[in-house]
Amino acid sequence: MLRVAAWLTWPAVVLCATVLVPFLLLLRISFAAPDPSGLWIPVVTLDAYRGLLNREFAGALLYSLAMALLVAAVTVSIGFPFTYLMTRLNRRAQVVWLVFLLMSLSLSDVLNAFSWQVMLSKRGGFVSLLAALGIVARPESLTPGDGAVWASLVYGVLPFAVVTLYPALSRLPPEIVEAARTLGASPGRAFRNVVIPMCRGPLVAAFVISAVLVLGAYVSPLVLGRPQSWTLAVLIGNAALAGHDVPRAAAMSVCMLVAVSLLGGVSAWATRRR
Amino acid sequence: MTPSGLELRGLRKSYGTYLAVDDVSLQVPAGQFVCFLGPSGCGKTTLLRMIAGLEAPTAGRLLLNGLDLTATPAHQRNFAMVFQALALFPFLTVEENIAYSLRLRNVARQERQRRVSELLALIKLSDCGSRRVEQLSGGQRQRVAIARALAQEPMLFLLDEPLSALDAKLRDHMQIELRLLQQKLRLTTILVTHDQREALTLGDSIVVLADGRVQQIGSPSDIYRRPANRFVAGFIGQCNLMEAEVLDSRHLSVWGRVVEVAAVPGGLIKGTPVTFSIRPEDIHVVPREDAASNALPGRVSFAREVGERVELRIDCNGREVIGAASPADWAALAGSADAVSVQLRAGAGTVLTC
Amino acid sequence: MAVMVRLLFLGLVAAFLAAPLVIVTGVSFNGTARMSFPPVHPGVLWYSTFVTDPGWMSAFVLSLGVAAAAAVVAVSLAFPIAYVRWRYPSRMARWLETLAQLAFVLPLIVLAIGFMVFWSTLGHVGRVENTIFSHAAVFVSLPLATITMGFRSVDPALVEAARTLGARDEDVLHTVLRPIVLPYVVSGAVFVFILSLNEYIIANFVAGFEVQTLPIKVFNSLRMGFQPTMCVGAVLFMVVDILAFTVVAVRGDLPKLLGGRAR
Repeated sequence: MLRVAAWLTWPAVVLCATVLVPFLLLLRISFAAPDPSGLWIPVVTLDAYRGLLNREFAGALLYSLAMALLVAAVTVSIGFPFTYLMTRLNRRAQVVWLVFLLMSLSLSDVLNAFSWQVMLSKRGGFVSLLAALGIVARPESLTPGDGAVWASLVYGVLPFAVVTLYPALSRLPPEIVEAARTLGASPGRAFRNVVIPMCRGPLVAAFVISAVLVLGAYVSPLVLGRPQSWTLAVLIGNAALAGHDVPRAAAMSVCMLVAVSLLGGVSAWATRRR
Repeated sequence: MTPSGLELRGLRKSYGTYLAVDDVSLQVPAGQFVCFLGPSGCGKTTLLRMIAGLEAPTAGRLLLNGLDLTATPAHQRNFAMVFQALALFPFLTVEENIAYSLRLRNVARQERQRRVSELLALIKLSDCGSRRVEQLSGGQRQRVAIARALAQEPMLFLLDEPLSALDAKLRDHMQIELRLLQQKLRLTTILVTHDQREALTLGDSIVVLADGRVQQIGSPSDIYRRPANRFVAGFIGQCNLMEAEVLDSRHLSVWGRVVEVAAVPGGLIKGTPVTFSIRPEDIHVVPREDAASNALPGRVSFAREVGERVELRIDCNGREVIGAASPADWAALAGSADAVSVQLRAGAGTVLTC
Repeated sequence: MAVMVRLLFLGLVAAFLAAPLVIVTGVSFNGTARMSFPPVHPGVLWYSTFVTDPGWMSAFVLSLGVAAAAAVVAVSLAFPIAYVRWRYPSRMARWLETLAQLAFVLPLIVLAIGFMVFWSTLGHVGRVENTIFSHAAVFVSLPLATITMGFRSVDPALVEAARTLGARDEDVLHTVLRPIVLPYVVSGAVFVFILSLNEYIIANFVAGFEVQTLPIKVFNSLRMGFQPTMCVGAVLFMVVDILAFTVVAVRGDLPKLLGGRAR
């Protein structure tokens, strides 16, 4: 229809140009050769992919995937009960919490990483607190380290998880939980066997979004992590910028995309209508 | 199921400055079917939710068979509730919904299945067990909600306007089914409704509520024939409320005419303003020349046939009286519709002081 | 007892969310060049440094400009798609919607490389449009989601009533749809604005040397030498964000705009 075409021309042109074309380019470049002075040499070769067939890359890929899944699990484990409790509050309180939560988005990933660096450093308050509580023997810097990376990532991803879960939990009919209570379920059991099954779809969506965002996170692992445990995102960034090896970066990106598609496929299967 | 008696003492619920339930005290004897009746916002649902344990009372106590349950949380009270929105679990099948409370109590599988089949037979949905909730009709879902509530063999059966979403015919049918079920199981039941016909049909006793307060408690015929105040008289059925003055212990002056009544409440002196309440069926509309005593003259201003009777509005000097007549009587009356008399049946009607 | 657990949990989450914000704000008030927390000799030294330094100020203003432009572009992309999806059955719109959602779901680093390659191949290097359009493309799924919610909230009876009163499609759009959907358009734009403001990876890869947004400058300072000045930028962004969200919350119904139950 003419009207549809008229409306969609602008978005179609821009989106195809800025999403589709770069993606196809990326694919093409992954089969090209690196050019130290420029970007890439237009030949067709599998060198970039062959360069990935080593333990190091496989290790980084698996590590990144595992970390993404685990951090996503932690984020959703915190975010789901949090969103549930928040949606039981009165409207005013909800707005306050939402604005507060969205404020944490106002810290760019750079400052996010930086602030965790300060907090978890030797002089930072947090380790002194741990020492005072007797959890650690004496205050030592927790960064660079895996814990710091995780804390920073959870912080960055939590608002997205909450926003994904919010519609379903806000619209959850209160009678459903009340019915469970009058049938004999304690509030905790009602949460487990009524609220969670009712929100299966959004739960999976929140998990997938968190995992994908973590997978693509560049700054936190770079700044807060040790070089041995640098994630795939960092390796890709390094290859492109410092290593001047764009085909390699492209090849790694394609592998990451494959991983993300698998994740998407599994989540679609998990939320299929029985 | 052992029948149990519920007692409410001085129950109160306020939300900030808004008082939803104000000092309600009543008793529900074991095995009875009680209806909480009142207009929207009268506090009946809040009262029911306090009994269920879903709201904490601001003041007052709640006892079952003498045991104080005020502080007991909802999931430990064993009071089953059917919600207005039904609240069936969409992610479980019909069988699983019904079995929910049994699973929570760790009832053995065989016993669970036996009980579920029993209940499915009771609600006549034996072959719908494995269906999902969305595949059922409104009436079927209603029955599943009831079966789910009964599975735990509750001490008290609570229903919050359960039939309001059903169409008229289905509602009538379900009312009878509910009543039969309750009688068969001898379950102490409280049903909240704003439909007075429903309350009059179902209840052994009715609690009429308005503005968070109990207006009257009594059997359906008590409530109907001897309303305690203007509100109850006006809310239940159709009613004529006429301003009158006391003349003596048996007579009132209604709109200037002397009317004999069954009894005037004791201690009222002559001239006290009261309200005389009389139902349309206790009024006989006759041609003026046939009128006897206890009659108010007027003119028929409106008539409509409603099924097997004719509803009439009679204009008595600017004031409206609602009356009824059989089609035959109306036909006989038609000629003299402009000059009729409203004949009040001797001994009918109630004198209300508030 | 359960109430205590709940309060404790919410309290911990609140502390977790607030901690980095508090730290960054605190550091910005340092009286010395050290990145200490709690601040040493608190004062507004670095605020005046920031405001008087052309490098930082231009980065700040540039970021605001890029973010605003990206928000406008993103909405201009999202609105037609959402409208067509709501109004007509269109496979093309469905496909574009999927494309937009894909852009958000793909790892940022991959997109950054992709964009970098794209713009270089075009020979269009180091230009501010790169950042604007790249951000708009990545974040377009947010206004798309909110505007779609907005259209879904329109009662079909309103549209039908307007039609029977003689309204054509354009009339319906301007008189019935616009007032209802506008808050959702604004909230979508605000989301894009805030995310673009803070976005580092794509901005850096796409035009990093020439177009220095604030996050890029902050990251570079991070590597070269610390100065509390960069926290000043963060605090300024925080203020901008609070303002933006509070305006949305006060003028509109924030819970509803995020998909929750209406008032």
